[in-house]
Amino acid sequence: MFVYMDHTATTPTSPEVLKAMMPYFSENFGNPSSVYSFSRKSRAAIEKARSQVAAALNADPSEIFFTGSGTEADNWALKGTLEKAMKAGKNHLITTSIEHHAILHTAEYLKKFHGVDVTYLPVDSEGFVSVKDVENAITDKTALVSVMFANNEVGTIEPVAEIGALCREKKIPFHTDAVQAAAHLDIDVKAMNIDMLSMSAHKMYGPKGVGALYLKKGLRPENFVHGGAQEKGRRASTENIAGIVGFGEAMEILKSRLDEDKKINSERRDRLIAGLLEKIPHAKLNGATGDKRLPNNINFSFIGVEGETLLLDLDAKGISASTGSACSSESLDPSHVLLALGLKHEMAHGSLRFTIGRLTTDEQIDYVLDVLPEIVARRRAMSPLWEDFLKTVKN
Amino acid sequence: MALDYSQKVMDHFINPRNVGEIENADGIGEAGNPKCGDIMKIYLKVNPDTKVIDDVKFKTFGCASAIASSSMATELIKGRTIEDAWNLTNSAVAEALDGLPPIKMHCSVLAEEAIHEALNDYRAKNGMEIIPMEHHEE
Repeated sequence: MFVYMDHTATTPTSPEVLKAMMPYFSENFGNPSSVYSFSRKSRAAIEKARSQVAAALNADPSEIFFTGSGTEADNWALKGTLEKAMKAGKNHLITTSIEHHAILHTAEYLKKFHGVDVTYLPVDSEGFVSVKDVENAITDKTALVSVMFANNEVGTIEPVAEIGALCREKKIPFHTDAVQAAAHLDIDVKAMNIDMLSMSAHKMYGPKGVGALYLKKGLRPENFVHGGAQEKGRRASTENIAGIVGFGEAMEILKSRLDEDKKINSERRDRLIAGLLEKIPHAKLNGATGDKRLPNNINFSFIGVEGETLLLDLDAKGISASTGSACSSESLDPSHVLLALGLKHEMAHGSLRFTIGRLTTDEQIDYVLDVLPEIVARRRAMSPLWEDFLKTVKN
Repeated sequence: MALDYSQKVMDHFINPRNVGEIENADGIGEAGNPKCGDIMKIYLKVNPDTKVIDDVKFKTFGCASAIASSSMATELIKGRTIEDAWNLTNSAVAEALDGLPPIKMHCSVLAEEAIHEALNDYRAKNGMEIIPMEHHEE
């Protein structure tokens, strides 16, 4: 059985999306910047996609700027805003300790090369940022607040609307990385007082290599990609027409089935969580429960076992999952997100993430519930850490 | 990040040799710590007359390469004298596994250290001189 449970890493481009994209490779290949009539088709296709993306967010099409990825949108929002604000004497960035590296490494860059003062807000044991902490961190030098909409590792949904309202009141621009959230949640940038929002197509059954930044009318962060006059002179480089078309299509389809998907994913998520808690002793769910958790995220730590071994054992059974363990990465540090939630290193090393989606079936949930307890038990039996842990439990 | 392990590593990870504990072991050694994500524990049974390692078992918390390194290291010292076993280097373990990804070389170092700890534990218990060890900080 092939069981793909890593939808947060990426999703397959859906057949309808691919179909919509196909005419924009060899057939309507015209450069949208060209004057002749043939290029109008390309221009029209991009503008249609812009409207589709805008509609899903309750934004105006003129507020959507296509980028090469969600990471690029994050880079643009942070670098563009801070570079401009620093000219006006504001050099403070507020973000959180659980952001994606697209934000964290950009913040580190700004600190290192531009002397930006960065505040990393802590989170509680479920991964929530406190609105009060945001408020307390704001100074008269604060140029931007960037808090992710929902966390990619543990699925915690942040109080974005409250933070948005606070920032609006304090007149500080608010950016949110919604790369995961946009694939699962209803987002209304106006109602939520969001000024900037990053998205990526491949997390929502669109193609890789295309993202977008929502920029509220009137905001003009410095450009990030310099060159031609594409995207109204705000983001240079010849448009990835097929990718943009696919993004628009993917977003429209996603929006049309959002409630239905949310319901079925949440049910399966909760069944998998309950089943694992029941079948695996001392299993720990990481993150929040209920509607404060992304409907497709399941993240556990199993004391005594290391995440990479679980991934490889699952892979041998045809199951694709993910871990926050350092052993699956190029660094030796475990997930910064799990450490920020207060997990001990050995628990962070033992984390396992399943992210379900359109490829998931009820049979697959049963299958995981069937094979994972055995895998964990077998690896625990050869672990000195598990042996030590059992002694502490008995005492 | 996907890591490409050799078939040998995968074989020793999926079916590790010499897993377990030895009751009344003659020497026990442990290396690593939970912070780095690897802990290895080695148990030895040594023939008192020949000083040959008659049996060896391990328990390991860690990634696939840590488990494979433990498994391979125990295979390499089983049936050898305690002097021979001391000379087993981490690179010999890695080589026997047809190589480890560079970032995972510390797993083989851990195997060498755990074996040295177990051998010194045996030496201490039998009134032999303790051999100084290098400790690798991670």
